[in-house]
Amino acid sequence: MATRNDTAAPPTKEGGAAPGRPPADAVSPEAARKRARLSRRWQRDMRWSPYAFVSPFFLLFLAFGLFPLIYTGWASLHQVELTAPTDMSWVGLRNYTRIFDDEFFWNAAKNTLTIGIISTVPQLLMAMGIAHILNYKLRASTFYRVVMLAPYATSIAAASLVFVLLFGRDYGMINWALHFVGIDAIDWQGDKWPSQIAVSTIIVWRWTGYNALIYLAAMQAIPQDLYESAALDGASRWRQFLHVTLPSLRPTILFTAVVSTIGASQVFGEPLLFDVNKGSSGGAEHQFQTLGLYLYEQGWVNQHLGRASAIAWTMFLILIVIGIVNYVISRRLRASS
Amino acid sequence: MRARTRTARKTVVLAAVAALGAGLLAGCADDGKDGDGSGSSDSSGKGKTTITVGLFGTMGFQEAGLYTEYEKLHPNIKISQNVIERNENYYPPLVNHLTTNSGLMDVQAVEVANIAEVTATQADKLTDMSKVAGVDKSNWLDWKWQQATTKDGQTIGLGTDVGPMAICYRKDLFQQAGLPTEPDKVAALWAGDWSKLVDVGKQYKAKAPKGTYFMDSPGGLLNAILSSEKEKFYDASGKVIYKTNPAIRAGFNLTAKAAQEGLVQPQTQFQPAWNTTIAKSKFAAIACPPWMLGTIKGNAQPDSKGKWAVATSPKSGNWGGTFLTVPKSGKHVKEAQEFITWLTAPKQQATLFKVQASFPSAPAAYTMPEVTGATNEMTGSDKIGPVFAEAAKSAPVQVIGPKDQIVMQGLSDNGVILVTKGKSPEEAWNTAVKTIDNNLDQ
Repeated sequence: MATRNDTAAPPTKEGGAAPGRPPADAVSPEAARKRARLSRRWQRDMRWSPYAFVSPFFLLFLAFGLFPLIYTGWASLHQVELTAPTDMSWVGLRNYTRIFDDEFFWNAAKNTLTIGIISTVPQLLMAMGIAHILNYKLRASTFYRVVMLAPYATSIAAASLVFVLLFGRDYGMINWALHFVGIDAIDWQGDKWPSQIAVSTIIVWRWTGYNALIYLAAMQAIPQDLYESAALDGASRWRQFLHVTLPSLRPTILFTAVVSTIGASQVFGEPLLFDVNKGSSGGAEHQFQTLGLYLYEQGWVNQHLGRASAIAWTMFLILIVIGIVNYVISRRLRASS
Repeated sequence: MRARTRTARKTVVLAAVAALGAGLLAGCADDGKDGDGSGSSDSSGKGKTTITVGLFGTMGFQEAGLYTEYEKLHPNIKISQNVIERNENYYPPLVNHLTTNSGLMDVQAVEVANIAEVTATQADKLTDMSKVAGVDKSNWLDWKWQQATTKDGQTIGLGTDVGPMAICYRKDLFQQAGLPTEPDKVAALWAGDWSKLVDVGKQYKAKAPKGTYFMDSPGGLLNAILSSEKEKFYDASGKVIYKTNPAIRAGFNLTAKAAQEGLVQPQTQFQPAWNTTIAKSKFAAIACPPWMLGTIKGNAQPDSKGKWAVATSPKSGNWGGTFLTVPKSGKHVKEAQEFITWLTAPKQQATLFKVQASFPSAPAAYTMPEVTGATNEMTGSDKIGPVFAEAAKSAPVQVIGPKDQIVMQGLSDNGVILVTKGKSPEEAWNTAVKTIDNNLDQ
């Protein structure tokens, strides 16, 4: 709450304590009224301006955040097709209950989990290693840092299309290289694990540099004298990394883990573009269909708006659970340190 | 002084908020009647009426010079087109615009795979073209006209092209495999029965050049077989019958058999690897509407020009074709109706075939020199028009369902392709059925 203008001491002018204006009691009644009016306006200003300042975000959030969220929730309780979105028939929780025995949903959930694990874990480990190397004094270190970020700046569509060509079964470069070491052609798109590994490769390629830069920034904030004293105590580089770098990075690691987990649970573009059928079924047997892809398939390809909304809300709830688990783990970690 | 700055600042803030709010409101309002806004005021047109046309892919009206010709005939009209490359990206927004009745162009194209859904669910948003002056139902192939006609007799779109199916084959590869190369003799080998085509495939394989397959993909073969059926995935009453229709299961099993025997390349059509197989001349035959010759040309090496030939397929079918519709909410409904009436007249369709290989849906065009004399770079000096014209006339009036695309994609991409990976036809069928039923929400 702002200080009341009429009871507070008159504000000092730039001239400091020098008397800049006539004493207050010499003010004519007219001037006093004027000042009171100004003061009321100033009060209103103080009171409402902040709301005006923050309103753009909240207006946009209402229009593009909250309304879609509520509308999706409402649609998820109906049977409604995209061809006639106004034609809704109430089905209650049926769209949710059917998810329990929707094998395609659980298949997608499983794929999201496995792709998430085989992309996030190596990604963060590699990022840590790369950051550690970049943290040494290197010639042209800025160059390397920019290069690290290049995949992140590349369009996901362009990158995925290149990877589709690389991972081609018949004419792809990877199979061509593998045949020199005596490995038969792998069907990178048709088989379950190869396809999931291929999709993960795109994700790893794209995000490793990004995480490495975050780690690097955190590493550079670690006081140098910690390393010096460790070195004096006879700790090797590896021991320094284990006992100085890693503990200091703990909050950063936690942050990247949370962000990567959320990212992994929403994986969409990579598997969509990796599908040679240009569809969203994630391969002939749905072997790399993620939850994001399944949601898209139900909503935009099959036009089942109600079902897609229920899937979206279920994903939202799953994300909240993941968020809570993360929170609990991070509290444990903080308590233990 | 202080008060003045405050007011000034406040004015700025208020102005900014007002501007933002107005912008938002304007944005909403604009969205509400986009159809009005886009067509009317065109600065370059100088008082001309601009007809906006929404298309997908390369439909070739502009390339064939048809817009320029129309603008010459009607000096007060200007035509501006907006093309989206793939129908997958064009159709979902079109559905959204139709359901909300906003953001539509004066003319909107609809692909044949989607026409049943649009006809069934969006007819009230589109104008009835059959009542427009100059539109003569008898100009079109009967089945083409029916596809865009609702149960109560409203015709929502005029057909542009159709995709009469033939079999394109490589003369040189057929010769090396000891098969005849003349289109008539080749067609006689498999006339009347798709299973004879598979038998020819076996003959081909026995003496085939190493590394080549008889056909390009299981999906392509299955699509060709099913396109010649009168009833496919839906019956005339609109019931889904793909599981119980014996023709579907027979076509699936025949394709699965061809896949098991290695007669089809294990590929999915229109993906990069499939394009490469064209470039490397890895297969001898392909189910082929006229536009497929364009796809072949786009991917083939120069040395394969003139080595292809077109033979009548075992049974006539149709693959592809487009309709032009005029939404009611457009700004220039009357002008747009006149325009597409002209654009889809036989003469213009014939011109389009000559330039773009989009086969006319107007039989009157089949006797025009643009069609009868047409040749193609890939097929050398052979006249290809008559083969396709015959196929177009004998194609069945097929029952088209709203979700045909989903069923077809399920059968090929989630079904018969699995046979090439070693699954039994039974397993492949079950996988396809599970996917399709889930997608249809059965």
